[in-house]
Amino acid sequence: MGPLAVNEIISENTNLFLAFIIGIGFGFVLEQSGFSSSRKLAGVFYGYDMVVLKVFFTGAITAMLGLLFFSLFGWVDLGLVYINPTYLSSAILGGVVMGAGFIMGGYCPGTSFCGASIGKVDGMVFIVGLFIGVAIFGGGYPIWEKLYWAQDLGSPKISKSLGLSDGVFALLLILVALAMFWVADWAEKKFPREEY
Amino acid sequence: MKPKKYLNPYLGGVLLGLVLLSANFISGRGLGASGAIKSCIVTATTIISPSSAQTSGFIKEYTEKHTGNPMKNWLVFEMLGVLVGGFLSGAIAGRLKFKVEHSPKITSRKRLIMALIGGVLFGWGSQLGRGCTSGSALSGMAVLSLGGFITMMAIFGTAFALAYFFRKNWI
Repeated sequence: MGPLAVNEIISENTNLFLAFIIGIGFGFVLEQSGFSSSRKLAGVFYGYDMVVLKVFFTGAITAMLGLLFFSLFGWVDLGLVYINPTYLSSAILGGVVMGAGFIMGGYCPGTSFCGASIGKVDGMVFIVGLFIGVAIFGGGYPIWEKLYWAQDLGSPKISKSLGLSDGVFALLLILVALAMFWVADWAEKKFPREEY
Repeated sequence: MKPKKYLNPYLGGVLLGLVLLSANFISGRGLGASGAIKSCIVTATTIISPSSAQTSGFIKEYTEKHTGNPMKNWLVFEMLGVLVGGFLSGAIAGRLKFKVEHSPKITSRKRLIMALIGGVLFGWGSQLGRGCTSGSALSGMAVLSLGGFITMMAIFGTAFALAYFFRKNWI
């Protein structure tokens, strides 16, 4: 059955329309969770507000479990779902630069659009920065092209790389997340907090 | 009107997971954000300077993977939706307001300069890392992509490691 677009159960235009609807859901949930506030987002790095950690990991685990169950029930063919490829050097270095951008800018791309949508000027300026950053990458592409394609590992699953089944890995991730949520609650009690 | 409280983070997380699950079930792909900006840059370059667009390896790599108009793209429609969804949520909760949010220890001007620098770095990094927090980390983790987990740890690990130096901006 699923994925509907890949199996051509819905047309390309319907798929794009549904992308818009999915985006509305995405933006709505982000804003309702407080991801439109840069000071709330940055809280995760100082312990005064751990909402990012809680929402992010609960979200990833919910979707991961959903996909595993959907696959088990035969509702979705996981072979047709896009799995992000792994180029080791660029995955690490790209992440490091994004992390620096996160602590300086207070947003990530998705949350900056969310912040801008309710009038956060810092979010709008962050978006301007994003455009400049992407343009710099495109303009200087020959400089980092080699790095971009280095250490191609294909599209491995983390469960397979660790020698575990998907289910056992999912269980471990849930346990790790529960431990982190416990630490997060401890941190929020320890560090002072105000509502933004 | 006093703004409404934010959603319980675990409920927010489950709802976010369901949105991501529907994206995978309907379209066979995860959520994203930075890819929409790439589409805009590719389009802008093609319009402003068609000759440089033809020689650009960055654009060539994009057009080899995507046929047709780069703006008729899944992520572009999804990100337009994010603006609408965020606005609706803010309207319902009474949070619509033009505002520069920053710690009382720094000025609005400094906050905006830092936001710009942060945006530039995040934009550049998202291209090298083949996606940002949404496309690479969150969506990658949901499909158990090794790269997704690595990028997630690199983003949060670096931000955490640098947090001390930028504490005045936030606390």
